[in-house]
Amino acid sequence: MTSTVTPPLGDTERKPGRTPAAAPGAATRRKRGDGRFVAVCLLPALALFALFMIWPTLSVFRMSLYSWSGFSAQERFVGLDNFAKLLDDQQFLRSFQNTVALLVIVTVVTMGLGLALAAVMTRQKLRGRNLYRFVLYIPNVLSVVVIAAIFSAVYDQENGLINGTLRLLSLDGLQQVWLGDQSVVIYSVAFAMVWQALGYYMVIYMASMASVPEELYEASALDGAGAGRQFFTITLPLIWETLRTTLTFFILSAVNLSFVLVRAMTGGGPDGSSDVLLSYMYQQAYTNSSYGYGMAIGVVVFAFSFLVSLLVSRATRRPPLQY
Amino acid sequence: MTTIHKPGPRTVSTLLLTVIALLIVIPVGWVLVASLKTRSEFFGSPWTLPQGLHLQNYVDAFVTADMGRYFATSVLVTLLGLVLVLAVSVPAAYVVARYEFRGKGLVEMALLAGLFINVNYIVVPIFLMLVDWDRALIDLMPDGFFLDNPAMLALVYAATSIPFTIYLLSSYFRTIPGDFEEAALLDGASRFRIMTRVMVPMARPAVTTVILFNFLAYWNDFIIALTLLPGEGKTLQVGLLNLMTAQKAAADYGRLYAGMVIVIVPVLLVYALIQRRLIEGMAAGGVKG
Repeated sequence: MTSTVTPPLGDTERKPGRTPAAAPGAATRRKRGDGRFVAVCLLPALALFALFMIWPTLSVFRMSLYSWSGFSAQERFVGLDNFAKLLDDQQFLRSFQNTVALLVIVTVVTMGLGLALAAVMTRQKLRGRNLYRFVLYIPNVLSVVVIAAIFSAVYDQENGLINGTLRLLSLDGLQQVWLGDQSVVIYSVAFAMVWQALGYYMVIYMASMASVPEELYEASALDGAGAGRQFFTITLPLIWETLRTTLTFFILSAVNLSFVLVRAMTGGGPDGSSDVLLSYMYQQAYTNSSYGYGMAIGVVVFAFSFLVSLLVSRATRRPPLQY
Repeated sequence: MTTIHKPGPRTVSTLLLTVIALLIVIPVGWVLVASLKTRSEFFGSPWTLPQGLHLQNYVDAFVTADMGRYFATSVLVTLLGLVLVLAVSVPAAYVVARYEFRGKGLVEMALLAGLFINVNYIVVPIFLMLVDWDRALIDLMPDGFFLDNPAMLALVYAATSIPFTIYLLSSYFRTIPGDFEEAALLDGASRFRIMTRVMVPMARPAVTTVILFNFLAYWNDFIIALTLLPGEGKTLQVGLLNLMTAQKAAADYGRLYAGMVIVIVPVLLVYALIQRRLIEGMAAGGVKG
């Protein structure tokens, strides 16, 4: 029981393994020349994969052990010094806090709301379901830069949608400097993240809920169970595996989304108060040219997100239900 | 007993969904409308409609802010990236799904691990690697070749989406019954012909899915493009990011909003088309089933 990692969004049950029917006697039908065909088909992909993914990944770990200011050839091996320095770096700790806060807030809100909406849409057979689904999925096809630009416009201090509307309603007191106030900015980012991710997860949960047999609901309705009870005793247990997979996957992707969004929307500001781990890494690498230090942050983020995913996956494990 | 008019659960959920849908439609629609406003119309209430269609914003964005050129770069990079990723991933996925060879377990494991490598972590080493290559070639090409090269960007896009693409395609290949290949083999077709003429056409749904996801990934990316094209040639997303920065200084909203529309519209069009196909496909399947 070493690894409980699940491939992103693959239905775990639908793994089409190598059953005899699926792989047409590949071993029995082996012919001369197979080797060359396999090599020609496989090598270009593997070469690119190794060059642009595996090698850079190893580089991240290697570089984290060096002190290196970029283009000059002076690499100095410093062992774990970069990691030791991290512990005293206030800005690193702040971006770590921000990352954790965003993970918790955004995960809870997105998952909770996504589940509730999916349940409502599938169970109540609302009119215009397709339209709602179409609209709620839109943010997921927009680029992060566009989302950042939209929210910069919405949050704009003077002429933004929110503050402009509040002024119109004579509610000037509620106006905020949404992206410029150190205590508000992280929630503004969190809202944009939920806005982006909600529809995607709702669509996944809807697909998963559609496969729950209708008889179960009919039977429990006869026993007098209400909609809320049905949700917790039927829907939730039966889509548990999907929920686990998406949760694991969401944590990994939220770490990255928070970075690209912060990079495009606030640049980590004001005064570093919305920095997240990866944006701080990027800043150290490029603006500060401390590549080794930046990569040490990268290693920490990687280990952190992997660990959290693993823990969540462990904590949510339930024996599979048969139905 | 008095009857109290309690709103039914349907009313509550319809209301909730409508509010959320409006939270999405209003900001996006607001950008579309605002892109037609004149400079002075941006001040005051955000809810006023523009007096006329101020198309000058689009001219400004396309020509003055170079979004037209960036658009061309984005189209080129996206198309080239798609061609490259399909050219290397389709044969590899087929072989992984259908052939036994030494080291297959290792290859599959490496590709699976690759699904978890996010480009955000490795974009810095990739950048430094290209800097090194350029430096090695400095005598041959003093201006550099690897950085600021849209083709190189397309290659990096293709390479970083290989694990996902092979994962999706090979799981689909595995679901296709082997009878077709056996029949083609009896007819004397070569391995290559079986792959290109029999299997790839049958895997069309999976290929379409892969193209759609990768299209969105390449078109929407900005971190890799920002890093690997630091010079004049930019992609649309990076161009938009620059417009955002410029607008903060000059309060020139019109150009920015027009730029946003230029970036949003192609994606929304593609999405609307897929959506229709998706629903039609589901309906057709339902009739047959």
